[in-house]
Amino acid sequence: MCYADRMPRWLAHVVVVAVFAALVAAAFARIEYAWNWAGVWEYRQKFVQGWLATVGISFAALVVSMLVGGVAALCLSSRLPLVEAVGRVYVEFIRGTPLLVQLLIGFYVVASAVGLDNRYVVGTLVLSLFSGAYMAEIFRGGLAAIPQAQRDSARAIGLTPWQTLRLVILPQALRLVLPPVAGQLVSLIKDSSLLSVIAISEFTLNAQEVNAFTYSTLESYLPLAAGYLLLTLPLSALARWLESRVRFEA
Amino acid sequence: MLLHARDLVQRFDGTTVLDGLSLTTGDIQSLVLVGPSGGGKTTLLRILSGLDVPAGGSVSFDGVPLPRDEAALRDYRRTVGTVFQAYNLFPHLSALDNLLLPLVHVHGLTPAAARERVREPLERFHLAAHAHKRPAELSGGQKQRIAILRALVVRPRRLFFDEPTSALDPEMTSEVLEMIRKLKAEGVQFVMVTHEMAFARSIADEIAFVSDGRVLASGAPADILDRCADERLRSFFSRILI
Ligand SMILES: Nc1ncnc2c1ncn2[C@@H]1O[C@H](COP(=O)(O)OP(=O)(O)OP(=O)(O)O)[C@@H](O)[C@H]1O
Ligand SMILES: [Mg+2]
Repeated sequence: MCYADRMPRWLAHVVVVAVFAALVAAAFARIEYAWNWAGVWEYRQKFVQGWLATVGISFAALVVSMLVGGVAALCLSSRLPLVEAVGRVYVEFIRGTPLLVQLLIGFYVVASAVGLDNRYVVGTLVLSLFSGAYMAEIFRGGLAAIPQAQRDSARAIGLTPWQTLRLVILPQALRLVLPPVAGQLVSLIKDSSLLSVIAISEFTLNAQEVNAFTYSTLESYLPLAAGYLLLTLPLSALARWLESRVRFEA
Repeated sequence: MLLHARDLVQRFDGTTVLDGLSLTTGDIQSLVLVGPSGGGKTTLLRILSGLDVPAGGSVSFDGVPLPRDEAALRDYRRTVGTVFQAYNLFPHLSALDNLLLPLVHVHGLTPAAARERVREPLERFHLAAHAHKRPAELSGGQKQRIAILRALVVRPRRLFFDEPTSALDPEMTSEVLEMIRKLKAEGVQFVMVTHEMAFARSIADEIAFVSDGRVLASGAPADILDRCADERLRSFFSRILI
């Protein structure tokens, strides 16, 4: 057995990141890029504000999209044709069209029509509905994956339908959907960058503005990438940790 | 228990599975259902245990008819216990928590009282050492014995078993059958579907032969298993009693 088989997991990660960083550094060295961090440093406040806006919007959309996704998943699983159809049309319509179009129509048409003019609220809602459609399919799959035998067992011991959902179905379904939900949340955070098209002053729009002021493209966008990783990496790690804690199958 | 089932009809997607099934027993402790695959044993047992409602006909135990609406049926299910062939236990809960769940959430015991209730039975059936394991960590036989205990600790009027050993290898089968034998000796009433003919003969007060959605014969084990009056019984038994 060689050392590579036994090396600690964290060390393996460090090694891979280091090699990757070296490659990137070599690429930059080759194109002899003239760094100008000083110009961008002037605008650090803008990065911080944009990042905080992205955190806030993502967190709000995360909560709302899970609620929307949960309700839509129950619709999709319904035995009533009309209820099922509502869920199905919502999911297919949202998943089949670009978020960009949904944002523009949502803001310039729907929101204007109902007199909702706070672009942050509109943007967060559209993002939630968008992500909720994906959550709905994930949740529906999780519910459907619980075998009928579990429902039979629950009924046999006299549980009510609500107790069955709460004590038997959901605890098992949540374990199943945790990894895909975490992946969807990571997507949601990155998708929030599209809110820049309706002039929401979030992380990406602010980085674009810094770029316009300083003409330092890489210096503006590398911090952008780092800022998103700062959110998504802990989320993935948290999901993996939760997953290992709640695993029950051998 | 005095079981009286009359003209039971059950259909799934247009196919008639129970075709006017009738069965009357004496005042017995144990009834065993036997018969060919697809004959309707599981369908009948699910009706008797209050999981399904027949499309037609009626059932009564000791003169009390089974209700047809779901809320009343749920109350009925709380007074009996059902053990399926497999996958009875909730995989996200330990064996102990599987036992406690109905006691706490259905029968209103405090967690402490529920623990006290299951302590002695766990020891009596040599399962105490496994109580903290998840179902995935238990053998098939241990899983079934925990499932039987879960049905038992709520002090049901009777138990229903649907082929509780047919997913098990011979050694585990005998440990589960041994447990059922003990329960019979303790006076527990039950209705059981099984293909274990030797066991059926020794445990059953009465045997009912279910085929093509009807009871073709019922009565004392010796009458059913030895006389084999009916052609279909004869061919069934000649196939399984090699
Ligand atoms: N939920 C269902 N939907 C459709 N058909 C069903 C359903 N349950 C049972 N059946 C059919 O009803 C018939 C009787 O089934 P049942 O399970 O009662 O037989 P069984 O005597 O228990 O057989 P086995 O010994 O194989 O368990 C079979 O033909 C089966 O395919
Ligand atoms: Mg069956």
